[in-house]
Amino acid sequence: MAIFIDENTKVIVQGMTGSEGTKHTGRMIKSGTNIVGGVTPGKGGQVVEIEGKSLPVFNSVAEAIAATGANASVVFVPPKFAKAAVMDAIDAALPLCVVITEGIPVHDSAAFYAHAVEKGTTRLIGPNCPGLISPGKSNLGIIPSDITGPGKIGLVSKSGTLTYQMMFELRDFGFSTAIGIGGDPIIGTTHIDALRAFQDDPQTEAIVMIGEIGGDAEERAAAFIKEYVTKPVVGYVAGFTAPEGKTMGHAGAIVSGSSGTAQAKKEALEAAGVAVGKTPSETAALMRKLLG
Amino acid sequence: MDLFEYQARDLFEAHQIPVLGGAVASTAAEAETAAASMGGKVVVKAQVKIGGRGKAGGVKLAQDAADARVKAEAILGMDIKGHTVHKVMIAQAAPIAEEYYMAILLDRANRNFLVMASVAGGMEIEEVAHTQPEKLARVGIDPNVGISKAQALEIVKAGQFPAEVVDQVADVLLKLWAAFVAEDATLMEINPLVKTEDGRIVALDGKVTLDENAEFRHANHAALADSDSANPLEAAAKAKNLNYVKLDGQVGIIGNGAGLVMSTLDVVAYAGEKFGVKPANFLDIGGGASAQVMADGLSIILGDPDVRSVFVNVFGGITACDAVANGIVQALAMLGDTATKPIVVRLDGNNVLEGRRILNEAAHPLVQQLETMDGAAAKAAELAAK
Repeated sequence: MAIFIDENTKVIVQGMTGSEGTKHTGRMIKSGTNIVGGVTPGKGGQVVEIEGKSLPVFNSVAEAIAATGANASVVFVPPKFAKAAVMDAIDAALPLCVVITEGIPVHDSAAFYAHAVEKGTTRLIGPNCPGLISPGKSNLGIIPSDITGPGKIGLVSKSGTLTYQMMFELRDFGFSTAIGIGGDPIIGTTHIDALRAFQDDPQTEAIVMIGEIGGDAEERAAAFIKEYVTKPVVGYVAGFTAPEGKTMGHAGAIVSGSSGTAQAKKEALEAAGVAVGKTPSETAALMRKLLG
Repeated sequence: MDLFEYQARDLFEAHQIPVLGGAVASTAAEAETAAASMGGKVVVKAQVKIGGRGKAGGVKLAQDAADARVKAEAILGMDIKGHTVHKVMIAQAAPIAEEYYMAILLDRANRNFLVMASVAGGMEIEEVAHTQPEKLARVGIDPNVGISKAQALEIVKAGQFPAEVVDQVADVLLKLWAAFVAEDATLMEINPLVKTEDGRIVALDGKVTLDENAEFRHANHAALADSDSANPLEAAAKAKNLNYVKLDGQVGIIGNGAGLVMSTLDVVAYAGEKFGVKPANFLDIGGGASAQVMADGLSIILGDPDVRSVFVNVFGGITACDAVANGIVQALAMLGDTATKPIVVRLDGNNVLEGRRILNEAAHPLVQQLETMDGAAAKAAELAAK
């Protein structure tokens, strides 16, 4: 088991014919992902060769599903066209849509998130995220597949490189699934969604939750952990030294007045019984102690 | 991007939201001219992007144009909580009967937009929410549906506005929503929204935040950026498309990925405690760490007089460590003798052995490698301590 994706995930790449889409389609195929085609409006009917696979291109997600039985997509479409691509996936009732694209206007994200909720048939992950990997089974997005293999830790993080760093620190244990939910103000899958799935996943024995400044998602996740999660959780929050009012790289990473600080998030997590590390290495050490 | 009050006023006016006459002035003479063209009493208001300017003496009533000049002279150049006043707004004065509140904002927790409206305005809305919650209407808006006229009326009534202004205020709310959508805003706040003694509803002061991700569909937004107060290093970084924030320490930071760079700042800050040093900046070189990007980043950081050492912290995901190492070597070659500060490098992940080999082979006297993030942070902090 794993969460959200496994060996049965059949994947189409939205924006596969663009340079980023092509590059990452190749990487995903090499890491064992079952890529079955791509979607680029206006290029339907083409076939592209990537990593020795002949991949059909479709004009819409609905066409791609009909022809391939795809049940997930990864979106590499540029910000200008990302809303239309995600709406297409939702309208086709695709079960999973992972939006890697960075720089999508938040009005567009708000629109496609509301549409996904209304339809109730598509899980969105991201935008502005590295995607997710269930090592040895499937890899949707840009997380390197060679950091570590399958194992018993579940990881949820807003950030890509911090996900890689933590997977590396704990590489000897391996991971059930590692998921980067993204650093934008509006994201489709939250820490809470991932925590719930890890709690319910038999393969996952312990959870690492990585947060960062901005918003109150970590505080709400802490309340959820207290109420629902019985598996051990260790936490890490980035941005203790971030100044107020400055956006730190991720569009959502901003301390506004006294809200969104790393200290408040750490305190909320600790109050929920989560051991919180001051640094990635200390967080990994806490997990080691828990797993004996 | 946060706008100044005068920019918010102009944006409101462009979207037919009722405002009073207003003009911006950078000098006392301009303030006098603006006041003269309006006639009568005016209010001279410091333009700073921080609250509490009234208490700090940044808002003054002027009896006439000559007085506006005197008041502007006093306010221009003031320091309000660390913000220097470069501009004042000259606003028509109007006799106010009542002060209300209205705002639309991005609601991260509910992942939609939130309208807030209250008959109690002119103070911090948090205070109203705390002391008179019954007077504050808070309604979530579906971005794909928007606000209907009937819903606007309902919201205004729930905010306990008096019956005689309900229609006018609901009309302002509909216009504010239209502006919020049209401009890709994440915040539009009118506080106070006033009823004048002659019964008009007017937006007297406004706060607007625009979504920088949406700049590709708003050619006019770039001109709203505040070039006067921007840190010169931040401006230079922006021109090179680098994601850079100047901080007040001595250890320059370069990393890949926003989360890892934030974490690097923290680790350096902890390591720096015993040396009395802190991170000097945030710089995320992102996924494509080409030699040019590395050179641009290094030259900005080395050009910061506060920086005494540099910490390059990369975990290669997509980025290969050999490309980063080549970037550092080539960047130092491009910078030549202008590079004089020690550089501590920690590489891990994709192709790390080759990356480390390249740096070892180049053996640049300024560069040293450490294997862990903690060790490298401690070394960079120590080198910055002097």
